[in-house]
Amino acid sequence: MTFSHQQSAHCESGVMSSLLTNAGFAISEPMVFGLSSALAFAYLPIIKLNGMPLIAYRMPPKHIINTLNKRLGLAIQTQRFSNAAAGQQALDQALAKQQAVGLQTSVFWLPYFPPEMRFHFNAHNLLVYGKVQDNYLISDPVFEDVVQCDAAALTKARFAKGALAPKGLMYTLGNTPAEPNWPRLIRQSIKATSRILDGLPLPWIGVRGILHLANKIARLDPAAVKYNRLYLTHIVRMQEEIGTGGAGFRFMYASFLQEAATKLQEPLLHTAANEMTQIGDGWRGFASQLVQYCKAKQADTDFAPLAASLRVLAQQERELMQQLAAWSSSRY
Amino acid sequence: MKLNDVPQHDSSSYGGHKKLLYVTTDDGRYTPSQSSGWDTEAYATQLAVQTLQQQAQQAYQQWQQGLLSPLPFLMYQARLDEAGLSQISGFWRWRIRRHFNPARYRCLPAAILQRYSDALAVPLAQLQAYQSAGHQQE
Repeated sequence: MTFSHQQSAHCESGVMSSLLTNAGFAISEPMVFGLSSALAFAYLPIIKLNGMPLIAYRMPPKHIINTLNKRLGLAIQTQRFSNAAAGQQALDQALAKQQAVGLQTSVFWLPYFPPEMRFHFNAHNLLVYGKVQDNYLISDPVFEDVVQCDAAALTKARFAKGALAPKGLMYTLGNTPAEPNWPRLIRQSIKATSRILDGLPLPWIGVRGILHLANKIARLDPAAVKYNRLYLTHIVRMQEEIGTGGAGFRFMYASFLQEAATKLQEPLLHTAANEMTQIGDGWRGFASQLVQYCKAKQADTDFAPLAASLRVLAQQERELMQQLAAWSSSRY
Repeated sequence: MKLNDVPQHDSSSYGGHKKLLYVTTDDGRYTPSQSSGWDTEAYATQLAVQTLQQQAQQAYQQWQQGLLSPLPFLMYQARLDEAGLSQISGFWRWRIRRHFNPARYRCLPAAILQRYSDALAVPLAQLQAYQSAGHQQE
């Protein structure tokens, strides 16, 4: 099978973009991300990562695949397996039919990841496009080039246990969409995003979640110097480290808005894209500010400036989402 | 972020790889661009890795002194905490904490060690070797 690999910022949107592009429906990663309304913010203190709350800048895993499947009518076929041998057999059969296969895997067991990047995260998506002897040919969206992985390791990664266990999940594309109704789809997806970010009555989600985080920062105990440093850098890691495309996906969404603006010839979306870029720059600046604070030798006990920066970002996102909500509800 | 401002700070945590970012060119058009690392992000990562290393180091010493079983050390090495190990192994946390006791660890049957072996990517034989008292110095 001829397969062209493209590097992506985020695994799930990258897999969908790659899968569709190789099937003849060229679509960029930001377009996939935007159309599936994947942008979000969530502060989830119930889910702990090494004792720290989960802070997410996007919707939970599998949201992109499921939403895009629905909106574009992709008829994606998914399979899970109770035993590993059956899972590998099904994968081999699909490959024999010259299909590219998406898999959910655990990063920890994939040997081609550098050791520095390997940790227990069970919702990493990748594409398998062939097999040579005992090695699978893999297009991993976050890597520059295609990679290979032996069968035993891949099976281990597919059947890793724990939170978000993949249970061997594999998926293949059913339909390649015809030319979709872009104006309707784009409005629908932007409307959904504006509701997620500014319209849910939950204090931990969207703009209210950002404000909640700002309050948390403002109320940190100045005496707990070590904890504060870990807490503040944890925010930076959640925002930048794990395949976010920078600034907690804000740049990717701005890129989507720009593409949508060009597609629909809509000047308002161009302006929105520029504003989103500024918001993204704001998030990057906020990350620098946090790290500057942590690096300071004499621990500063005043958290108000940090919280204030975050509140500015929350306000900017709220205003932008209100504009986008009004636009997406208007007639076209 | 502008194309010219894309940080190229060669972060060690990228392992020589590059990440993709979406940035704007001079005329404001978005384009994908590779980054080899950003100091701000690297600082945050290093702090987290250091903390885990300190925990692992401490657990290692306590194991060598006979205060703990090797499990806490191996757990931190695999970048896990108790909650994570509990989810992956399927043991309840109170059971895992019991297995941190060196005397109890020595009596664990192969079936239980096998589950730790699967969770931590440590060979079963190695876990069993740690059970014999004279094997504490590796």
